[in-house]
Amino acid sequence: MTAITAPAASGLDPRTARRLVYLAMAAAAAVLYLVLAGQSTLPHDEEYPLFGSLNGVKAWVDEHRNSILVFSLIREGVGGLVGFFENVIAALGWPGVLAATGALGAIFGGWRLAVMTMLGMAAIGLLGLWTSGMDTLAQMLAAVVIALLIGIPLGIIGGRSKRFAAVVTPILDVMQIMPTFAYLAPLTLLFSIGVSTAAIATLIYAIPPAIRITALGIRAVPDASVEAAQSLGSTRWQVLRKVQLPLARRTIGIGVNQTIMMALSMVVITAVIGAPGLGADVLRALQQVNVGLAFQAGLAIVILAIVLDRLTDRAGEWMDPRFRKTDANKARRRLLYLAALGTVVAATLLARGLPDPAEFPEAVKLSLVAPVNDVIKWITTNFGEGTASIKDAFSVVLLNPLEGVLTSAPWWLVIGVVLALAWLISGVRASVVAGVCLVLVVLLGLWEHGMQTLASVLIATALTLILGGILGILSARHDRFRTILRPILDAAQTMPAFVYLIPAVALFSPSRFTAIVAALVYAIPPVIRLVDVGIRTVPATIVEAATAAGSTSRQLLWKVQLPLSRRALLVAANQGIVMVLAMVVVGALVGAGALGYDVIAGFAQGEDFGKGLAAGTAIVLLGIMLDRITQGAGGRPSTEVARGG
Amino acid sequence: MTATTDPAAVAATDTESRLDARPRRGGGTGTPTLGVNHLWKVFGPAEHKLIGTPDVDLARDELRRKTGSMIAIRDVSFQVWPGEVFVVMGLSGSGKSTLVRCITRLIEPTAGEVLLDGDDIRKANAEKLRELRRRRFSMVFQHFGLLPHRRVLDNVAYPLEIRGEEKAARYKRAHEMIELVGLKGHADSYPDQLSGGMQQRVGLARALAVDPEVMLFDEPFSALDPLIRRDMQNEVMRLHREVGKTMVFITHDLAEALRLGDHIVIMRDGKVVQSGRPEELVGAPADDYVADFVRDVPKANVLTLRWVMRPVMPDDALDGPEFPATTIIRRSLHAAIETDKPLRVVEDGRLIGVVDRWHILAAIAGGEREA
Ligand SMILES: Nc1ncnc2c1ncn2[C@@H]1O[C@H](COP(=O)(O)OP(=O)(O)OP(=O)(O)O)[C@@H](O)[C@H]1O
Ligand SMILES: [Mg+2]
Repeated sequence: MTAITAPAASGLDPRTARRLVYLAMAAAAAVLYLVLAGQSTLPHDEEYPLFGSLNGVKAWVDEHRNSILVFSLIREGVGGLVGFFENVIAALGWPGVLAATGALGAIFGGWRLAVMTMLGMAAIGLLGLWTSGMDTLAQMLAAVVIALLIGIPLGIIGGRSKRFAAVVTPILDVMQIMPTFAYLAPLTLLFSIGVSTAAIATLIYAIPPAIRITALGIRAVPDASVEAAQSLGSTRWQVLRKVQLPLARRTIGIGVNQTIMMALSMVVITAVIGAPGLGADVLRALQQVNVGLAFQAGLAIVILAIVLDRLTDRAGEWMDPRFRKTDANKARRRLLYLAALGTVVAATLLARGLPDPAEFPEAVKLSLVAPVNDVIKWITTNFGEGTASIKDAFSVVLLNPLEGVLTSAPWWLVIGVVLALAWLISGVRASVVAGVCLVLVVLLGLWEHGMQTLASVLIATALTLILGGILGILSARHDRFRTILRPILDAAQTMPAFVYLIPAVALFSPSRFTAIVAALVYAIPPVIRLVDVGIRTVPATIVEAATAAGSTSRQLLWKVQLPLSRRALLVAANQGIVMVLAMVVVGALVGAGALGYDVIAGFAQGEDFGKGLAAGTAIVLLGIMLDRITQGAGGRPSTEVARGG
Repeated sequence: MTATTDPAAVAATDTESRLDARPRRGGGTGTPTLGVNHLWKVFGPAEHKLIGTPDVDLARDELRRKTGSMIAIRDVSFQVWPGEVFVVMGLSGSGKSTLVRCITRLIEPTAGEVLLDGDDIRKANAEKLRELRRRRFSMVFQHFGLLPHRRVLDNVAYPLEIRGEEKAARYKRAHEMIELVGLKGHADSYPDQLSGGMQQRVGLARALAVDPEVMLFDEPFSALDPLIRRDMQNEVMRLHREVGKTMVFITHDLAEALRLGDHIVIMRDGKVVQSGRPEELVGAPADDYVADFVRDVPKANVLTLRWVMRPVMPDDALDGPEFPATTIIRRSLHAAIETDKPLRVVEDGRLIGVVDRWHILAAIAGGEREA
């Protein structure tokens, strides 16, 4: 600090002085790197003792797992619930499931929704993925039921008690930035791999939105209504049941929708710990580099996501207490419920007559594998060189140099630079957290892999912010563009992360670059949305005043709109980083290597478990570090805006 | 302009009829319905440490800086007698809402007593307090506080529902109340389908459904436009005549206070600066703050002859028209014009003073000139 103020006294203006100090610091770091490159590096060591000790822990837990009652109870309970849903779905048979989705569609949204949802479910059958689809559905339902049973009550408490909210919010914040993969390693340690663990991971991943949004809904109930109810002598329970819950019902519906979408997105990823279903189909196809097969399974996932999203979205409206107003309406609705129930029962009985009601008829299958693979072949023959040269250029110009610098610099120099940056951007506390995270990565024995992953994340984030920023600005300034973009963004955000790998791998075949492309596609939509919202919420009066003062539209953008939406832009950066990190790790499935690969290998091979667990931890540490650095300046991104708003 | 369309004249008639019907306060016997004694409310971390220290005399800003707290109610005392309309008046932020919420402990008072028929409400446990709120108090809010997801009928029936009354019984009572406030035919509407005035009628009906001893109104008409506000004031006056409830009425509108109030207290920064009958406030403002408030009031419409009479002099002609001391000045105008003698003012059959004609004319002219 004194260094910064001293030149100011000697006549330099303080801003220039500060810039000079930054420049000097950067130069010092560069010189240090040039002199010391290659010294005190931490090359990857497969034999790092920690990995072995973690394997030992795993062996011990494996041996004693069944004698630890809590774990086996949880495992059995969740597994039982998955089994229950599997049985219900099997008992309904495919006709019953189709009828049930149609009936729900009719009740929540009318015949059009009914037709849409039934067509969607039938399409999954047509693609020959009925069994996988139903496996995924059963796991997801089990996870969602438990997530809601836990999340909604906690959300209600959080909405009514400030103190409880103060305790829970930071925990939820951390849960939200954890990449999906990070949940899996410790859970496999506790519960071993399999369907139950998959459902447990899914429900943990899906609980935060249930809590958050429920609390939000309760808190949004007008104070006036609550106070009036209190003034009339309502008990706390009466206030909750007769005032707060009915008025929050619509919002809680949105929470249910979010919970389901999160759960679906996670449940397909749990394929890596051995859960069957559509995710497993994608995974297998990716391993065989059969893009057509992966595409088909990915399409089924997208269809399932859309069906569930539409259904729960309309269910939210349907739950709105003012939706069903008149008595005449009531009679009609009762009739509709009866008809819906009748159809489901009839379809189920019909299914009894079929030889194998749980399997969609072979006769009407429609495979997309061959045609898609043909398209891919055509693309590779015609554009193969083009995509390959993009990929190579990218690696040579950006990725390799950055990886090189990060891994060949002395580890303490990297940490020092990160500390300084964190301090400048977000202050002392973020700097301390970042330092601790990096030191822990060193101690985990994963420095080199960590730096490689960090390089990918940094590059992907930079590209995400540049592209997302440009598109966001365009969208904020041109209503027409926004109208076109909007449905694409909406669709993009209902798609599970997994699906993004498929087009990327189709174009670029497995490589680090492919993972970065997938991350871009995954993370750009929320960034666009946040930038757009940020610029559009600059008060109209200020924009008007600036225009009246004669600003050109470029001046307006650079001098007014962007500076005023600085906060929103930082939130966008934060959100972009969190999503990119999540995706770069999933990208290990398409060749990203480094930490993500360590995690996945840990699930597959017993002897790599220790390294996998350590890598999962390292990913979380990197995530916390990046989040803290960007978050201190920007504030917490709100789930609502980023995801749907 | 004729007397019937002149708003000032209408206001005068309203006020007079209220003043005539006014019960005599307490009379020194019996217990007040509501007694508030040395009530304090402090917001902030120093809530329970502040009272009794010299810090309470600090200026608002200084107190906030030093303790992070603010005193919303300071040492307020008053009595409300049965059947009375008791008005609390003051500018925004003077602590009116806080005061009225302290009465039913929607806001927990920091110190002092709130007595309902002599029992201290602050000593009530949660259950007893709920009982009080369910049966003996009811409240009407500035922003109505209706439940948007319930029909008018279910809003009005709500207080009966939560105290466990049968559906048929509570709907019957709710329908009666809806009719009483003039909303017949709207029972199945939802609040957002009604205008502001109608919504507040629902609020009134809900408060009446409880059949409470005391009705509390927190600026119930501030959110309504002036014509509807007048309508609603008439409604409250009519209901008061018909059901005779004790009412505590918060307002920041002096005209409203004078129209409705049997007794008015004026608050400023959490303190009572004056307490009295309407004509006492207008005739003898306690300080500049109150004087500022009442400056534009047409005095002849509020003040009684008592306020303008003078002692009898030996050479006064004592055969002029005779009026009780409680007569509003404006009412004596006719008589004053028709005679050239001073009016005789009597109380309990005794002559207590006389009023010269020109005093009456001056009072009326003064009011008009300033209006
Ligand atoms: N919960 C609270 N916490 C802190 N201060 C409060 C709280 N409620 C009220 N106050 C403060 O107490 C003072 C009195 O507020 P109150 O709402 O009682 O005023 P009022 O006379 O009703 O004003 P208005 O006419 O605007 O309704 C105000 O300065 C307000 O800021
Ligand atoms: Mg108020």
